[in-house]
Amino acid sequence: MPSPMVSIINVSKRFGALQALDEVSLEIPRGAVQCIIGPSGSGKSTLLRCINQLEPTDSGAIFLEDELLGFERKGDKLLELSEGQIAGQRMKTGTVFQRFNLFQHMTARENIVEGPLRVLNRPRGEVMDEAVALLERVGLADKSGAYPAELSGGQQQRVAIARALAMRPKLLLFDEPTSALDPELVGEVLAVMHDLASTGMTMIVVTHELAFARDAASNVVFMDRGRIVEQGLPTTILTEPTEQRTRDFIGAER
Amino acid sequence: MRSAEPGRNAGSRGEIMEQNNLSRTGLAPTRGERKAIANLEIVPRRHLGRWVTAAVIAVLLALVIKAFAEGDIAWGVVAEFFAAPAILFGLVNTVVMTICAMSLGIALGVVFAVMYMSPNPVIRVVAWGYIWLFRGTPLILQLLLWFNLALVFPTLGIPGLIEVRTVEFMTPFVATLLGLGLNQGAYTAEVMRSGILSVDSGQTEAAKSIGMTRLLTLRRIVLPQAMRVIIPPVGNEVISMVKLTSIASVIQYAEILRNAQTIYYANARVIELLIVAAGWYLIVVTLLQIGQYQLERSFAKGQTHRGNHKPGRAVENA
Repeated sequence: MPSPMVSIINVSKRFGALQALDEVSLEIPRGAVQCIIGPSGSGKSTLLRCINQLEPTDSGAIFLEDELLGFERKGDKLLELSEGQIAGQRMKTGTVFQRFNLFQHMTARENIVEGPLRVLNRPRGEVMDEAVALLERVGLADKSGAYPAELSGGQQQRVAIARALAMRPKLLLFDEPTSALDPELVGEVLAVMHDLASTGMTMIVVTHELAFARDAASNVVFMDRGRIVEQGLPTTILTEPTEQRTRDFIGAER
Repeated sequence: MRSAEPGRNAGSRGEIMEQNNLSRTGLAPTRGERKAIANLEIVPRRHLGRWVTAAVIAVLLALVIKAFAEGDIAWGVVAEFFAAPAILFGLVNTVVMTICAMSLGIALGVVFAVMYMSPNPVIRVVAWGYIWLFRGTPLILQLLLWFNLALVFPTLGIPGLIEVRTVEFMTPFVATLLGLGLNQGAYTAEVMRSGILSVDSGQTEAAKSIGMTRLLTLRRIVLPQAMRVIIPPVGNEVISMVKLTSIASVIQYAEILRNAQTIYYANARVIELLIVAAGWYLIVVTLLQIGQYQLERSFAKGQTHRGNHKPGRAVENA
Protein backbone atom coordinates (compact mmCIF):
# COMPACT_ATOMS: atom_id res chain seq x y z
CA MET A 1 0.00 0.00 0.00
CA PRO A 2 1.75 3.21 -1.11
CA SER A 3 1.66 6.18 1.27
CA PRO A 4 -0.96 8.82 0.48
CA MET A 5 0.15 11.89 -1.47
CA VAL A 6 -0.74 14.16 1.44
CA SER A 7 -1.35 13.30 5.07
CA ILE A 8 -2.56 16.06 7.35
CA ILE A 9 -2.49 15.01 10.98
CA ASN A 10 -4.00 17.05 13.84
CA VAL A 11 -3.01 20.39 12.33
CA SER A 12 -3.91 23.52 14.28
CA LYS A 13 -3.31 27.17 13.46
CA ARG A 14 -4.28 30.23 15.43
CA PHE A 15 -4.28 33.90 14.37
CA GLY A 16 -4.54 35.87 17.61
CA ALA A 17 -7.94 35.04 19.05
CA LEU A 18 -9.09 33.22 15.92
CA GLN A 19 -8.67 29.44 15.84
CA ALA A 20 -8.28 29.14 12.06
CA LEU A 21 -7.56 25.39 12.08
CA ASP A 22 -8.56 23.14 14.96
CA GLU A 23 -7.03 19.65 14.94
CA VAL A 24 -7.63 19.03 11.24
CA SER A 25 -6.76 15.58 9.87
CA LEU A 26 -7.13 14.53 6.25
CA GLU A 27 -5.55 12.00 3.91
CA ILE A 28 -5.41 12.57 0.18
CA PRO A 29 -4.53 9.56 -2.01
CA ARG A 30 -2.36 9.79 -5.10
CA GLY A 31 -4.33 11.09 -8.11
CA ALA A 32 -7.27 12.25 -6.00
CA VAL A 33 -9.18 15.47 -6.58
CA GLN A 34 -9.95 16.69 -3.07
CA CYS A 35 -12.47 19.52 -2.99
CA ILE A 36 -12.82 21.59 0.16
CA ILE A 37 -16.00 23.60 0.59
CA GLY A 38 -17.33 25.71 3.42
CA PRO A 39 -18.29 29.24 4.39
CA SER A 40 -15.68 32.02 4.30
CA GLY A 41 -13.52 32.06 7.40
CA SER A 42 -13.94 28.33 7.86
CA GLY A 43 -10.18 27.69 7.49
CA LYS A 44 -10.17 26.23 3.96
CA SER A 45 -7.61 28.67 2.58
CA THR A 46 -5.52 28.52 5.76
CA LEU A 47 -5.29 24.75 5.33
CA LEU A 48 -3.92 25.24 1.78
CA ARG A 49 -1.51 27.91 3.00
CA CYS A 50 -0.24 25.51 5.65
CA ILE A 51 0.28 22.76 3.05
CA ASN A 52 2.49 25.01 0.88
CA GLN A 53 4.00 26.57 4.01
CA LEU A 54 3.00 30.15 3.39
CA GLU A 55 1.79 29.84 7.01
CA PRO A 56 3.68 27.75 9.58
CA THR A 57 1.48 25.37 11.56
CA ASP A 58 1.18 25.76 15.33
CA SER A 59 0.93 22.03 15.95
CA GLY A 60 0.37 18.82 14.07
CA ALA A 61 2.18 17.54 10.98
CA ILE A 62 1.76 17.57 7.24
CA PHE A 63 3.46 14.98 5.03
CA LEU A 64 3.92 15.14 1.27
CA GLU A 65 4.34 11.47 0.41
CA ASP A 66 6.89 10.43 3.06
CA GLU A 67 8.42 13.86 3.63
CA LEU A 68 7.52 15.90 6.72
CA LEU A 69 6.87 19.49 5.56
CA GLY A 70 8.42 22.51 7.24
CA PHE A 71 10.10 20.70 10.12
CA GLU A 72 12.68 18.12 10.92
CA ARG A 73 12.47 15.67 13.78
CA LYS A 74 15.16 15.91 16.44
CA GLY A 75 14.36 13.50 19.27
CA ASP A 76 10.96 14.51 20.62
CA LYS A 77 11.00 17.97 19.03
CA LEU A 78 10.13 19.29 15.59
CA LEU A 79 12.67 21.89 14.47
CA GLU A 80 11.71 24.48 11.88
CA LEU A 81 13.57 24.04 8.59
CA SER A 82 15.66 26.81 7.06
CA GLU A 83 14.14 29.10 4.50
CA GLY A 84 16.13 27.44 1.72
CA GLN A 85 14.95 23.97 2.74
CA ILE A 86 11.34 25.14 2.82
CA ALA A 87 11.78 26.70 -0.64
CA GLY A 88 13.06 23.31 -1.81
CA GLN A 89 9.96 21.57 -0.45
CA ARG A 90 7.63 24.16 -1.99
CA MET A 91 8.87 23.32 -5.49
CA LYS A 92 7.04 20.01 -5.21
CA THR A 93 3.62 21.64 -4.82
CA GLY A 94 2.14 24.11 -7.26
CA THR A 95 -0.29 26.77 -6.10
CA VAL A 96 -2.97 28.59 -8.05
CA PHE A 97 -4.17 31.70 -6.26
CA GLN A 98 -7.55 33.39 -6.19
CA ARG A 99 -6.03 36.64 -7.51
CA PHE A 100 -3.83 34.80 -10.09
CA ASN A 101 -0.67 36.61 -8.86
CA LEU A 102 1.05 36.45 -12.22
CA PHE A 103 4.33 38.34 -12.27
CA GLN A 104 3.13 41.62 -13.72
CA HIS A 105 6.41 42.60 -15.36
CA MET A 106 6.73 39.35 -17.30
CA THR A 107 4.91 38.02 -20.34
CA ALA A 108 2.83 34.84 -20.13
CA ARG A 109 5.77 32.75 -21.33
CA GLU A 110 8.27 34.48 -19.02
CA ASN A 111 5.95 33.73 -16.09
CA ILE A 112 5.97 30.06 -17.00
CA VAL A 113 9.73 29.67 -17.57
CA GLU A 114 10.82 31.69 -14.53
CA GLY A 115 10.66 28.78 -12.07
CA PRO A 116 12.19 26.08 -14.30
CA LEU A 117 15.00 28.45 -15.35
CA ARG A 118 15.85 30.20 -12.09
CA VAL A 119 14.84 27.66 -9.47
CA LEU A 120 15.39 24.32 -11.22
CA ASN A 121 18.24 25.66 -13.42
CA ARG A 122 17.06 23.63 -16.37
CA PRO A 123 18.41 24.32 -19.90
CA ARG A 124 16.76 27.25 -21.62
CA GLY A 125 15.85 25.65 -24.95
CA GLU A 126 14.08 22.71 -23.33
CA VAL A 127 12.17 24.99 -20.92
CA MET A 128 11.06 27.29 -23.72
CA ASP A 129 9.66 24.37 -25.77
CA GLU A 130 7.85 23.12 -22.72
CA ALA A 131 6.33 26.56 -22.11
CA VAL A 132 4.90 26.55 -25.63
CA ALA A 133 3.37 23.12 -25.00
CA LEU A 134 1.93 24.25 -21.66
CA LEU A 135 0.38 27.36 -23.18
CA GLU A 136 -1.18 25.17 -25.83
CA ARG A 137 -2.51 22.85 -23.17
CA VAL A 138 -4.35 25.72 -21.44
CA GLY A 139 -5.55 27.05 -24.80
CA LEU A 140 -3.38 30.18 -24.91
CA ALA A 141 -0.78 29.37 -27.55
CA ASP A 142 -1.31 32.79 -29.15
CA LYS A 143 -0.81 34.72 -25.88
CA SER A 144 2.78 33.78 -25.06
CA GLY A 145 4.04 37.35 -25.51
CA ALA A 146 1.17 39.04 -23.67
CA TYR A 147 1.64 40.74 -20.31
CA PRO A 148 -0.86 39.86 -17.56
CA ALA A 149 -2.48 43.30 -17.81
CA GLU A 150 -3.36 42.48 -21.43
CA LEU A 151 -5.14 39.24 -20.52
CA SER A 152 -8.63 38.64 -19.16
CA GLY A 153 -9.00 37.17 -15.68
CA GLY A 154 -9.73 33.73 -17.09
CA GLN A 155 -6.69 33.86 -19.36
CA GLN A 156 -4.49 35.03 -16.46
CA GLN A 157 -5.69 32.16 -14.30
CA ARG A 158 -4.94 29.66 -17.07
CA VAL A 159 -1.41 31.08 -17.41
CA ALA A 160 -1.09 30.75 -13.62
CA ILE A 161 -2.04 27.07 -13.88
CA ALA A 162 0.57 26.61 -16.63
CA ARG A 163 3.14 28.35 -14.43
CA ALA A 164 2.40 25.94 -11.58
CA LEU A 165 2.56 22.92 -13.94
CA ALA A 166 5.93 24.04 -15.34
CA MET A 167 7.53 23.09 -12.02
CA ARG A 168 6.26 19.51 -12.54
CA PRO A 169 4.68 19.41 -9.10
CA LYS A 170 3.44 16.27 -7.38
CA LEU A 171 0.48 18.17 -6.04
CA LEU A 172 -1.53 21.19 -7.18
CA LEU A 173 -3.31 23.48 -4.74
CA PHE A 174 -6.15 25.70 -5.95
CA ASP A 175 -7.23 28.49 -3.62
CA GLU A 176 -10.68 29.57 -4.86
CA PRO A 177 -9.38 29.74 -8.44
CA THR A 178 -12.59 31.10 -9.94
CA SER A 179 -13.83 33.42 -7.16
CA ALA A 180 -12.21 36.54 -8.64
CA LEU A 181 -13.51 35.89 -12.15
CA ASP A 182 -16.45 37.35 -14.01
CA PRO A 183 -19.12 34.63 -14.31
CA GLU A 184 -18.61 34.18 -18.06
CA LEU A 185 -14.89 33.42 -17.53
CA VAL A 186 -15.33 30.71 -14.88
CA GLY A 187 -15.99 27.95 -17.42
CA GLU A 188 -12.67 28.21 -19.26
CA VAL A 189 -10.70 27.82 -16.02
CA LEU A 190 -12.83 24.93 -14.77
CA ALA A 191 -12.36 23.23 -18.15
CA VAL A 192 -8.57 23.30 -17.71
CA MET A 193 -8.98 21.94 -14.18
CA HIS A 194 -11.25 19.14 -15.40
CA ASP A 195 -8.63 18.28 -17.98
CA LEU A 196 -5.91 18.17 -15.30
CA ALA A 197 -8.04 16.00 -13.03
CA SER A 198 -8.49 13.50 -15.84
CA THR A 199 -4.70 13.19 -16.26
CA GLY A 200 -4.32 11.87 -12.73
CA MET A 201 -2.80 14.99 -11.15
CA THR A 202 -3.37 15.10 -7.39
CA MET A 203 -5.31 18.28 -6.67
CA ILE A 204 -6.66 20.02 -3.60
CA VAL A 205 -9.29 22.53 -4.62
CA VAL A 206 -10.85 25.08 -2.30
CA THR A 207 -13.92 26.21 -4.19
CA HIS A 208 -17.41 27.62 -4.14
CA GLU A 209 -18.16 25.88 -7.45
CA LEU A 210 -20.32 23.03 -6.15
CA ALA A 211 -20.93 21.87 -9.73
CA PHE A 212 -17.20 21.38 -10.21
CA ALA A 213 -16.99 19.51 -6.91
CA ARG A 214 -19.85 17.23 -7.99
CA ASP A 215 -18.35 16.48 -11.42
CA ALA A 216 -14.62 16.33 -10.75
CA ALA A 217 -14.01 15.61 -7.07
CA SER A 218 -13.11 12.19 -5.82
CA ASN A 219 -13.80 13.36 -2.28
CA VAL A 220 -15.42 16.45 -0.76
CA VAL A 221 -14.69 17.93 2.65
CA PHE A 222 -17.00 20.42 4.31
CA MET A 223 -15.22 22.73 6.77
CA ASP A 224 -16.64 25.15 9.29
CA ARG A 225 -14.92 27.14 12.06
CA GLY A 226 -11.56 25.50 11.53
CA ARG A 227 -12.86 21.92 11.70
CA ILE A 228 -13.78 19.28 9.18
CA VAL A 229 -17.50 18.82 9.73
CA GLU A 230 -17.93 15.94 7.33
CA GLN A 231 -16.41 14.35 4.27
CA GLY A 232 -17.26 11.76 1.70
CA LEU A 233 -18.12 11.18 -1.93
CA PRO A 234 -19.35 14.28 -3.75
CA THR A 235 -22.77 12.77 -4.35
CA THR A 236 -23.17 12.07 -0.62
CA ILE A 237 -21.90 15.42 0.67
CA LEU A 238 -23.62 17.55 -1.95
CA THR A 239 -26.98 15.80 -2.11
CA GLU A 240 -27.58 14.02 1.19
CA PRO A 241 -25.24 15.42 3.86
CA THR A 242 -25.76 14.09 7.37
CA GLU A 243 -24.78 17.25 9.27
CA GLN A 244 -27.21 20.13 9.61
CA ARG A 245 -24.44 22.73 9.02
CA THR A 246 -23.53 21.13 5.71
CA ARG A 247 -27.15 21.03 4.66
CA ASP A 248 -27.58 24.74 5.52
CA PHE A 249 -24.45 25.68 3.57
CA ILE A 250 -25.34 23.70 0.47
CA GLY A 251 -28.91 24.96 0.58
CA ALA A 252 -27.66 28.56 0.72
CA GLU A 253 -25.12 28.09 -2.09
CA ARG A 254 -27.74 26.79 -4.52
CA MET B 1 -40.12 78.97 -15.52
CA ARG B 2 -42.46 76.09 -15.55
CA SER B 3 -41.56 73.37 -13.15
CA ALA B 4 -40.89 69.93 -14.54
CA GLU B 5 -43.86 67.65 -14.24
CA PRO B 6 -42.54 64.18 -13.55
CA GLY B 7 -45.32 62.40 -15.44
CA ARG B 8 -44.92 64.43 -18.58
CA ASN B 9 -41.15 64.44 -18.62
CA ALA B 10 -40.60 60.83 -17.83
CA GLY B 11 -37.91 59.35 -20.03
CA SER B 12 -36.75 62.70 -21.36
CA ARG B 13 -33.79 64.07 -19.46
CA GLY B 14 -33.25 66.70 -22.15
CA GLU B 15 -36.46 68.45 -21.33
CA ILE B 16 -35.47 68.97 -17.74
CA MET B 17 -32.00 70.23 -18.65
CA GLU B 18 -33.09 72.65 -21.31
CA GLN B 19 -35.39 74.51 -18.96
CA ASN B 20 -32.29 76.10 -17.45
CA ASN B 21 -31.49 78.54 -20.24
CA LEU B 22 -32.41 77.51 -23.73
CA SER B 23 -36.02 78.62 -23.84
CA ARG B 24 -36.57 82.33 -24.38
CA THR B 25 -40.26 82.25 -23.84
CA GLY B 26 -40.23 79.95 -20.87
CA LEU B 27 -41.37 77.12 -23.12
CA ALA B 28 -39.13 74.28 -24.20
CA PRO B 29 -37.54 74.68 -27.68
CA THR B 30 -39.29 72.66 -30.33
CA ARG B 31 -37.70 69.78 -32.16
CA GLY B 32 -36.94 72.09 -35.10
CA GLU B 33 -35.26 74.67 -32.89
CA ARG B 34 -33.06 72.02 -31.33
CA LYS B 35 -31.94 70.82 -34.75
CA ALA B 36 -31.08 74.40 -35.68
CA ILE B 37 -29.07 74.85 -32.47
CA ALA B 38 -27.18 71.62 -33.15
CA ASN B 39 -26.03 73.04 -36.51
CA LEU B 40 -24.59 76.29 -35.11
CA GLU B 41 -20.85 76.96 -35.20
CA ILE B 42 -19.04 76.59 -31.87
CA VAL B 43 -16.87 79.54 -30.82
CA PRO B 44 -14.23 78.62 -28.19
CA ARG B 45 -13.97 81.02 -25.28
CA ARG B 46 -11.14 83.57 -25.62
CA HIS B 47 -9.00 83.60 -22.50
CA LEU B 48 -8.13 87.29 -22.52
CA GLY B 49 -6.64 87.25 -18.99
CA ARG B 50 -4.13 84.56 -19.93
CA TRP B 51 -2.93 86.51 -22.95
CA VAL B 52 -2.42 89.65 -20.89
CA THR B 53 -0.46 87.69 -18.29
CA ALA B 54 1.68 86.07 -20.97
CA ALA B 55 2.43 89.46 -22.52
CA VAL B 56 3.48 90.93 -19.16
CA ILE B 57 5.76 87.97 -18.47
CA ALA B 58 7.30 88.22 -21.96
CA VAL B 59 8.09 91.90 -21.41
CA LEU B 60 9.68 91.22 -18.00
CA LEU B 61 11.73 88.40 -19.48
CA ALA B 62 12.94 90.65 -22.32
CA LEU B 63 14.02 93.23 -19.71
CA VAL B 64 16.01 90.62 -17.77
CA ILE B 65 17.72 89.40 -20.96
CA LYS B 66 18.47 92.99 -21.97
CA ALA B 67 19.96 93.71 -18.53
CA PHE B 68 22.30 90.72 -18.81
CA ALA B 69 23.22 91.56 -22.42
CA GLU B 70 24.10 95.14 -21.48
CA GLY B 71 25.57 94.22 -18.10
CA ASP B 72 29.27 93.90 -17.46
CA ILE B 73 29.64 90.33 -18.72
CA ALA B 74 32.38 89.53 -21.18
CA TRP B 75 30.62 86.86 -23.25
CA GLY B 76 33.82 86.36 -25.17
CA VAL B 77 35.44 85.10 -21.96
CA VAL B 78 32.52 82.71 -21.39
CA ALA B 79 33.04 81.29 -24.87
CA GLU B 80 36.79 81.11 -24.41
CA PHE B 81 36.63 79.11 -21.17
CA PHE B 82 33.59 77.00 -21.97
CA ALA B 83 35.69 74.16 -23.34
CA ALA B 84 38.92 74.97 -21.50
CA PRO B 85 40.86 71.82 -20.42
CA ALA B 86 40.50 72.63 -16.70
CA ILE B 87 36.74 73.02 -17.07
CA LEU B 88 36.39 69.79 -19.06
CA PHE B 89 38.54 67.99 -16.49
CA GLY B 90 36.20 69.31 -13.78
CA LEU B 91 33.23 68.15 -15.82
CA VAL B 92 34.63 64.62 -16.00
CA ASN B 93 35.24 64.63 -12.25
CA THR B 94 31.69 65.83 -11.61
CA VAL B 95 30.22 63.09 -13.79
CA VAL B 96 32.50 60.39 -12.32
CA MET B 97 31.63 61.44 -8.78
CA THR B 98 27.90 61.52 -9.59
CA ILE B 99 28.05 57.97 -10.95
CA CYS B 100 30.19 56.59 -8.10
CA ALA B 101 28.33 58.31 -5.26
CA MET B 102 24.94 57.45 -6.71
CA SER B 103 25.91 53.80 -7.22
CA LEU B 104 27.11 53.59 -3.63
CA GLY B 105 23.94 55.37 -2.49
CA ILE B 106 21.63 52.99 -4.38
CA ALA B 107 23.49 49.89 -3.18
CA LEU B 108 23.34 51.11 0.43
CA GLY B 109 19.73 52.15 -0.10
CA VAL B 110 18.67 48.63 -1.16
CA VAL B 111 20.61 47.01 1.70
CA PHE B 112 19.24 49.34 4.38
CA ALA B 113 15.70 49.24 2.98
CA VAL B 114 15.72 45.44 3.23
CA MET B 115 17.28 45.65 6.72
CA TYR B 116 14.63 48.18 7.76
CA MET B 117 11.94 45.60 6.90
CA SER B 118 13.73 42.70 8.60
CA PRO B 119 11.82 40.67 11.21
CA ASN B 120 14.90 40.98 13.45
CA PRO B 121 14.62 44.07 15.70
CA VAL B 122 18.39 44.59 16.05
CA ILE B 123 18.80 44.77 12.27
CA ARG B 124 15.82 47.13 12.05
CA VAL B 125 17.28 49.47 14.67
CA VAL B 126 20.66 49.56 12.90
CA ALA B 127 18.95 50.54 9.64
CA TRP B 128 16.84 53.13 11.43
CA GLY B 129 19.96 54.55 13.13
CA TYR B 130 21.81 54.85 9.82
CA ILE B 131 18.95 56.72 8.18
CA TRP B 132 18.50 58.92 11.24
CA LEU B 133 22.19 59.85 11.45
CA PHE B 134 22.83 60.64 7.81
CA ARG B 135 19.56 62.39 7.14
CA GLY B 136 19.83 64.37 10.36
CA THR B 137 23.13 66.12 9.74
CA PRO B 138 24.12 68.59 6.99
CA LEU B 139 25.96 67.11 4.03
CA ILE B 140 28.72 69.69 4.12
CA LEU B 141 29.40 68.76 7.76
CA GLN B 142 29.60 65.06 6.82
CA LEU B 143 32.09 65.86 4.06
CA LEU B 144 34.28 67.82 6.47
CA LEU B 145 34.10 64.98 8.99
CA TRP B 146 35.26 62.38 6.47
CA PHE B 147 37.97 64.66 5.14
CA ASN B 148 39.31 65.25 8.63
CA LEU B 149 38.99 61.65 9.78
CA ALA B 150 42.77 61.52 10.27
CA LEU B 151 42.32 63.67 13.37
CA VAL B 152 40.37 60.80 14.99
CA PHE B 153 42.04 57.77 13.45
CA PRO B 154 45.62 58.40 12.28
CA THR B 155 45.67 54.97 10.63
CA LEU B 156 42.95 52.79 9.12
CA GLY B 157 42.76 49.05 8.56
CA ILE B 158 43.13 45.81 10.46
CA PRO B 159 46.08 46.14 12.87
CA GLY B 160 48.99 43.93 11.83
CA LEU B 161 47.36 42.98 8.53
CA ILE B 162 46.62 46.00 6.36
CA GLU B 163 47.20 49.49 7.62
CA VAL B 164 47.18 52.79 5.77
CA ARG B 165 47.74 56.32 6.96
CA THR B 166 44.38 58.04 6.98
CA VAL B 167 45.68 61.25 5.41
CA GLU B 168 46.90 59.31 2.40
CA PHE B 169 43.77 57.20 2.09
CA MET B 170 41.25 59.97 2.68
CA THR B 171 41.87 61.91 -0.52
CA PRO B 172 39.30 64.50 -1.60
CA PHE B 173 37.85 61.85 -3.93
CA VAL B 174 37.41 59.21 -1.21
CA ALA B 175 36.06 61.70 1.31
CA THR B 176 33.56 63.06 -1.22
CA LEU B 177 32.51 59.58 -2.30
CA LEU B 178 31.92 58.46 1.29
CA GLY B 179 30.16 61.69 2.22
CA LEU B 180 27.85 61.84 -0.78
CA GLY B 181 27.32 58.05 -1.05
CA LEU B 182 26.47 57.44 2.61
CA ASN B 183 24.21 60.47 2.71
CA GLN B 184 22.47 59.41 -0.50
CA GLY B 185 22.05 55.86 0.81
CA ALA B 186 19.99 57.16 3.73
CA TYR B 187 17.59 58.97 1.39
CA THR B 188 17.49 56.18 -1.18
CA ALA B 189 16.71 53.61 1.53
CA GLU B 190 13.40 55.35 2.17
CA VAL B 191 12.62 55.48 -1.56
CA MET B 192 13.49 51.78 -1.97
CA ARG B 193 11.37 50.86 1.02
CA SER B 194 8.29 52.58 -0.37
CA GLY B 195 8.99 50.96 -3.75
CA ILE B 196 9.26 47.48 -2.26
CA LEU B 197 6.09 48.02 -0.20
CA SER B 198 4.25 49.09 -3.37
CA VAL B 199 4.57 45.56 -4.81
CA ASP B 200 1.55 43.39 -3.99
CA SER B 201 2.25 40.66 -1.42
CA GLY B 202 0.63 38.18 -3.82
CA GLN B 203 3.71 38.53 -6.03
CA THR B 204 5.97 37.36 -3.20
CA GLU B 205 3.62 34.48 -2.37
CA ALA B 206 3.54 33.38 -6.01
CA ALA B 207 7.34 33.50 -6.13
CA LYS B 208 7.56 31.43 -2.93
CA SER B 209 5.04 28.95 -4.35
CA ILE B 210 7.41 28.10 -7.21
CA GLY B 211 10.23 27.55 -4.74
CA MET B 212 12.06 30.88 -4.97
CA THR B 213 14.20 31.94 -2.02
CA ARG B 214 13.81 35.38 -0.44
CA LEU B 215 16.84 36.80 -2.22
CA LEU B 216 15.82 35.48 -5.63
CA THR B 217 12.28 36.78 -5.10
CA LEU B 218 13.65 40.21 -4.24
CA ARG B 219 15.95 40.30 -7.26
CA ARG B 220 13.70 38.76 -9.91
CA ILE B 221 10.17 39.66 -8.83
CA VAL B 222 9.97 42.47 -6.28
CA LEU B 223 12.71 44.93 -7.27
CA PRO B 224 11.90 44.98 -11.02
CA GLN B 225 8.30 45.86 -10.17
CA ALA B 226 9.33 48.31 -7.44
CA MET B 227 11.41 50.12 -10.08
CA ARG B 228 8.32 51.75 -11.49
CA VAL B 229 7.84 53.53 -8.16
CA ILE B 230 11.57 53.94 -7.46
CA ILE B 231 12.83 55.37 -10.77
CA PRO B 232 11.13 58.79 -10.72
CA PRO B 233 12.40 59.84 -7.26
CA VAL B 234 15.83 58.26 -7.81
CA GLY B 235 16.05 60.05 -11.15
CA ASN B 236 15.40 63.31 -9.34
CA GLU B 237 18.08 62.39 -6.82
CA VAL B 238 20.63 61.70 -9.55
CA ILE B 239 19.93 65.18 -10.85
CA SER B 240 20.32 66.61 -7.34
CA MET B 241 23.55 64.65 -6.98
CA VAL B 242 25.07 66.31 -10.06
CA LYS B 243 24.60 69.62 -8.33
CA LEU B 244 25.48 68.37 -4.84
CA THR B 245 28.95 67.37 -6.04
CA SER B 246 29.70 71.11 -6.15
CA ILE B 247 29.74 71.08 -2.33
CA ALA B 248 32.87 68.93 -2.57
CA SER B 249 34.69 72.07 -3.73
CA VAL B 250 35.10 72.92 -0.03
CA ILE B 251 37.34 69.88 0.44
CA GLN B 252 39.31 70.51 -2.74
CA TYR B 253 37.72 67.91 -4.95
CA ALA B 254 38.44 69.18 -8.48
CA GLU B 255 34.95 69.23 -9.92
CA ILE B 256 33.58 71.91 -12.29
CA LEU B 257 32.81 74.58 -9.73
CA ARG B 258 36.14 74.14 -7.95
CA ASN B 259 38.04 74.45 -11.25
CA ALA B 260 35.98 77.44 -12.34
CA GLN B 261 36.86 79.09 -9.02
CA THR B 262 40.56 78.29 -9.49
CA ILE B 263 40.43 80.05 -12.84
CA TYR B 264 38.59 83.13 -11.60
CA TYR B 265 40.94 83.51 -8.64
CA ALA B 266 43.61 83.99 -11.34
CA ASN B 267 41.75 86.13 -13.92
CA ALA B 268 39.03 87.77 -11.79
CA ARG B 269 36.32 86.89 -14.35
CA VAL B 270 34.00 85.62 -11.62
CA ILE B 271 30.59 85.87 -13.31
CA GLU B 272 31.86 84.60 -16.65
CA LEU B 273 33.27 81.42 -15.11
CA LEU B 274 30.20 80.87 -12.98
CA ILE B 275 28.14 81.08 -16.18
CA VAL B 276 30.44 78.49 -17.78
CA ALA B 277 29.89 76.14 -14.83
CA ALA B 278 26.12 76.79 -14.85
CA GLY B 279 26.00 76.00 -18.57
CA TRP B 280 27.67 72.62 -18.04
CA TYR B 281 25.41 71.71 -15.13
CA LEU B 282 22.38 72.51 -17.30
CA ILE B 283 23.71 70.37 -20.15
CA VAL B 284 24.37 67.37 -17.89
CA VAL B 285 21.01 67.70 -16.13
CA THR B 286 19.14 67.98 -19.45
CA LEU B 287 20.79 64.81 -20.73
CA LEU B 288 19.88 63.02 -17.49
CA GLN B 289 16.26 64.11 -17.78
CA ILE B 290 16.06 62.56 -21.23
CA GLY B 291 17.60 59.35 -19.87
CA GLN B 292 15.16 59.32 -16.96
CA TYR B 293 12.22 59.58 -19.35
CA GLN B 294 13.48 56.60 -21.39
CA LEU B 295 14.11 54.52 -18.28
CA GLU B 296 10.64 55.22 -16.87
CA ARG B 297 9.12 54.03 -20.12
CA SER B 298 11.08 50.79 -20.17
CA PHE B 299 10.20 49.91 -16.56
CA ALA B 300 6.52 50.62 -17.13
CA LYS B 301 6.27 47.45 -19.24
CA GLY B 302 3.42 45.16 -18.39
CA GLN B 303 1.73 47.95 -16.48
CA THR B 304 -0.48 49.31 -19.24
CA HIS B 305 -3.08 47.82 -21.49
CA ARG B 306 -1.96 47.68 -25.07
CA GLY B 307 -3.98 47.77 -28.26
CA ASN B 308 -4.99 44.21 -29.07
CA HIS B 309 -6.54 43.15 -25.78
CA LYS B 310 -9.93 41.52 -26.21
CA PRO B 311 -11.30 40.59 -22.81
CA GLY B 312 -13.17 37.33 -22.68
CA ARG B 313 -12.24 36.30 -26.22
CA ALA B 314 -11.18 32.85 -25.12
CA VAL B 315 -14.54 31.93 -23.63
CA GLU B 316 -15.26 29.62 -26.58
CA ASN B 317 -12.49 27.32 -25.44
CA ALA B 318 -14.34 26.48 -22.24
